[in-house]
Amino acid sequence: MATDLDDLTYDPNRKLKVVGTNPIKADGVDKVTGRAKFGADTYLPGTLVGKILRSPHAHAIIKSIDISEAEKIPGVKAVVTRDDFPDLKPGPMRDISVICMARDKVFYDGHQVAAVAATSEKAAKAALKVIKVEYVVLPHVIDVMDAIKPDAPILHEDLRTKGLDDAPDKPTNIIQRAEWSMGDVEKGFAEAYLIVEREFDTKPMHQGYIEPQGCMANTTEDGQIELWCCTQAHFVYRSRLAAILEMDISKIRVTVSELGGGFGGKTNFYAEPLAIVLSRKANRPVKMVLTRNEVFRATGPVAGTHSRIKIGVTKDGKFTAAECEAYFQTGPFTGSAFANAPQAIFTRYDLENVRAWGFEVACNRPKVAAFRAPCVPQIVFGVEGVVDEIARKLKMDPIELRLKNAAVEGYKTIYGDTFGPVGFVETLEAAKAHPHYSAPLGPNQGRGIGCGFWFNRGGETTASLNITPDGSVNLMLGNPDVAGSRVSISMMAAEELGISVDKVRPIIGDTSSLGYNHSTVGSRVTFSAGMAIVQSARAAIKVLCQRAAIMWDVPEDHVVFEDGYVRPASTNVGDFEPLSIADIAKKAGTTGGAIAGHAEINAKGAGPGFGVHIVDVEVDKETGGVQVVRYTVVEDAGKAIHPLQVEGQFQGGAVQGLGWALNEEYIYDENGCMENPGFLDYRVPVCSDVPMIDTVIIEVPNPRHPYGLRGVGEVPVVPTLATIANAIGDAIGTRPRSLPMSPPKVLKLIEQVAENGVDEAYVA
Amino acid sequence: MAKNHITTTINGDEYEFLCDTEQTLLDCLRDELFMTGTKEGCASGDCGACNVMLDGQLVCSCLVLGVEADGKSVETIEGMAHGDKLHPLQQKFLELNGLQCGICTPGILIAAKALLDRNPDPTETEIRYWLAGNLCRCTGYDKVVRSVQAAAEEMRKG
Amino acid sequence: MDDLRYEAPGTLEAAVALLAGEKGEARVMAGGTDVLVLLHGDIIEPDLLVDIKNIPELNGITQENGGWRVGAATNCMDIVDHQEFSAAWPGVVDGVKLIGSIQVKGRASIGGNLANASPGADTVPAIMAAGATATVFGPKGQREVPVEDIAIAPGKTSLAKGEIIVSFFFPPRPPHSGGAYLRFTPRTEMDIAVVGVGIDLTLDDGGTCQAARVVLGAVAARALLVDEAAATLIGTAVDDDALANLAAAASAACRPIDDKRGTKEFRVKVAAVLARRTALIALQRAKQS
Repeated sequence: MATDLDDLTYDPNRKLKVVGTNPIKADGVDKVTGRAKFGADTYLPGTLVGKILRSPHAHAIIKSIDISEAEKIPGVKAVVTRDDFPDLKPGPMRDISVICMARDKVFYDGHQVAAVAATSEKAAKAALKVIKVEYVVLPHVIDVMDAIKPDAPILHEDLRTKGLDDAPDKPTNIIQRAEWSMGDVEKGFAEAYLIVEREFDTKPMHQGYIEPQGCMANTTEDGQIELWCCTQAHFVYRSRLAAILEMDISKIRVTVSELGGGFGGKTNFYAEPLAIVLSRKANRPVKMVLTRNEVFRATGPVAGTHSRIKIGVTKDGKFTAAECEAYFQTGPFTGSAFANAPQAIFTRYDLENVRAWGFEVACNRPKVAAFRAPCVPQIVFGVEGVVDEIARKLKMDPIELRLKNAAVEGYKTIYGDTFGPVGFVETLEAAKAHPHYSAPLGPNQGRGIGCGFWFNRGGETTASLNITPDGSVNLMLGNPDVAGSRVSISMMAAEELGISVDKVRPIIGDTSSLGYNHSTVGSRVTFSAGMAIVQSARAAIKVLCQRAAIMWDVPEDHVVFEDGYVRPASTNVGDFEPLSIADIAKKAGTTGGAIAGHAEINAKGAGPGFGVHIVDVEVDKETGGVQVVRYTVVEDAGKAIHPLQVEGQFQGGAVQGLGWALNEEYIYDENGCMENPGFLDYRVPVCSDVPMIDTVIIEVPNPRHPYGLRGVGEVPVVPTLATIANAIGDAIGTRPRSLPMSPPKVLKLIEQVAENGVDEAYVA
Repeated sequence: MAKNHITTTINGDEYEFLCDTEQTLLDCLRDELFMTGTKEGCASGDCGACNVMLDGQLVCSCLVLGVEADGKSVETIEGMAHGDKLHPLQQKFLELNGLQCGICTPGILIAAKALLDRNPDPTETEIRYWLAGNLCRCTGYDKVVRSVQAAAEEMRKG
Repeated sequence: MDDLRYEAPGTLEAAVALLAGEKGEARVMAGGTDVLVLLHGDIIEPDLLVDIKNIPELNGITQENGGWRVGAATNCMDIVDHQEFSAAWPGVVDGVKLIGSIQVKGRASIGGNLANASPGADTVPAIMAAGATATVFGPKGQREVPVEDIAIAPGKTSLAKGEIIVSFFFPPRPPHSGGAYLRFTPRTEMDIAVVGVGIDLTLDDGGTCQAARVVLGAVAARALLVDEAAATLIGTAVDDDALANLAAAASAACRPIDDKRGTKEFRVKVAAVLARRTALIALQRAKQS
């Protein structure tokens, strides 16, 4: 049956041939052979090596910079400092410019202060050594709760808190306050039989992508810029570069390489503007690749937080009110996306009375970037702990408690949207029915449940679909592929056109080849670019029909497209053999020219996602060591376009959360410098640390997408921290409230229990 | 400034290159020979992205100097496939989604091949401990391990 | 900018001459898994690297006079794969197995691990517990040094300029001897020990411990050979009481610091736990040998 080309809603009756299968992705062979080119993998003749001079101080005034000796070093072709960057008026672009090149102050250990381009790494490093920077060291502050104290060292004397009525007119580190509320929490708490209120804190951490940032800039004498880099956001980079370098956007062409992990951390640039300005000065290409040390010290990490969570519940387990007050570290400037937290942390529960507010706090570390679901997992760590405590105190099964409070279609969220069909109930029920949930536990083991939500996004997206002269298809996409969106989008194109996915080859175009695309973030690409490609495909199909009509000399509306062929709409039209795409494409030149479709959309209708995790841990009670021994992720994908890809997202997010929960943290010395800027002491999970991660894909289709899909990239990390903490609590009799739950901290809790007994909630 | 003249065999072919003493084998493979399949993730032997075989030993090429490769034999990811026939490990990683972003994949494939060449029937635990030196941030290791198991089974069938 | 020089001598004499004769800073390099990290991290700036891997005496695992001689530059994978040595000295191989990753073990050596003098080195407590001696060669000739006298402080050894550790001798084992090494790390692999314990003990025919060596790693400026801890086992059947005394002695001997890998408090507690666990494994191996 032919699809209604103008109807972009999900059709449950449609028979699918490609979507739902697991073809090998087009970029796969290059990646398993080493052929794929990542950020550091370009080479041009005459390329100079670029290196960055970084502040050794966490907070200091730059009195002077003297580059004269550096410029004399043989092989050095250019040196740049703050003098080489335009001054901008206050605002986000100036903040970005200051992050890339410090102006009057440095704000963190590793802040970029100068840069050199030379014919060898040796020469560049020698030049860095002789750049003389005079600093006046200032007191620094890093921890979020230290930064809000009245006597805390101040980063910006002129900063006053936004979003506060009657903000005091004195210097502060609190950049802004944001609140979301609905209903009447006072009333809700008054009606509660039981109120649980707890405080939690989480240490800052890093996304830990294995590929350090790498780029190559090449400039011309007439002001054109070519930039090759690994990024999740090449169009956004282009706009921002144009703004901070004060030039036309169209003169910058950003080509995105394959991306060796981003998770939200490669949405901001650090080396790129320096490479460009160096390249201009030296009139040669400049390549800049960050070292692992630089990545940890000076790229956007994840916010540390402090939160207070309060939930009230009736005797039979119905939540009556929920409240959250939270503080988020952001680095020297705003941009933490902390506003996600009040909107997301309780959203899955059928609450009427909610009040959630957050503070974004400046401190002496790099400006934070997202790590999937920015600013949310850290607070859900607390929310799901309070929910767990409520379940125990009411002697209710933890999944039953959540089912009792699960939001369903029609629920009006705190951020204004009303849920369409959503899968929270289905994920809970699937978790409950899963054999993991009822499997017996061994000695020193504990089990935790946790759940989470993510909005998933749509946004500005462009794409084009070109039918080649032999009927095979090229896709031009504008969103870096972080983990398989290319293949899922190709599958949707193949499904639309009724051809095999092998006939569809996608590329990610550079910024000159397509209209603007928003970043690869928000779990939005498979949804949005999929939508754009579906629209492009349908536009192309309409052209195919027109051409077939021309070839048959019949009116346009006398033909239909079905299963890869254009055929007469009825036998009355005439006795014509159906034409394949290849048949029509062959004749394209004579029927009107090349056949294509394109779309420039602001994708709407992204469907929220929900996840439920079940985790078993084993605790070594003598050392506090924690081992995760079993892990199950249940999540609603709407529709899994490529199930193995979707499973991979669930598993990857779970293990990232596992590292965050157990061992990952920034360790600072008394000077505010990072002590563990390497993979030896910044402890991401290794292969032997984790079990197999079981996955269950729930499919409650999103009716607003032709294939029913929901984003899946971010939900998997949201419940993880809380779930592991709940499992440890189950094993030891007290629930950890501070991340990471490293062995010394867990051992302390075990000793507490040995001395005082288990927490009230754990009394059988 | 005299450079070192190195002669080495890489994936069965003889190569000559010049390098500074400080340059690691990783630097030489990438910057002197443009074999970019081997990746730098940390330059300190903690992540495994730079794995190669050196005279039959699985090593981090960031912890070997280019000068140390003189007269030795190196195997990199570029030599893993035979003509256009992928190694079973490469094939299984593709089929079972054992890679997402792919940056760690060359290192993991080299390491996994070293394991299967030595132990054709490893347990899950043996695979996990062998690959502990190969960090992956995308996959959570599940499908990596399953891909290795599937390749091992395929290779045992002969 | 003087260029870094690299030499790979084929004899001990040539190596010593290079090291002793270097006016600037010379570094010995075996597997390079410590030296190259320090070099590329800009923590050391040597003028000369002396690669000792080509020197025959520094390689190989052979039986000698009822004991074992292991070349100081022998890589860890070769040691792990050596069945007879692993059977004779499982505690030493426990430590060797825990160095880095498989890839690092393909290059790293016990000599390098000892000479790097990190307080948390994984082979050091085990080889000290084993009572191994190091053969050292230098400008003044050859000498034998108990391995516990090599490392003196973090990054510092007692070796004189121009001296190289050539090989290790593991003495003949009396019957009913067994050793073990355990460490505590937050992850299963790839971490530096927060606490390490190496224990070697010998039982008499009746099952009473007649000799013991207890070594603690990562809890002081260098690995500690703790006689008081050994004393808690000697003359006992290594029963629960003895183990409790051992644990207490281990904690008491710790002189740890707070650092990014662990706090004093945590190290003291875990030293006790690991001492007990290590002793039990050593005991089991002693009973089986």
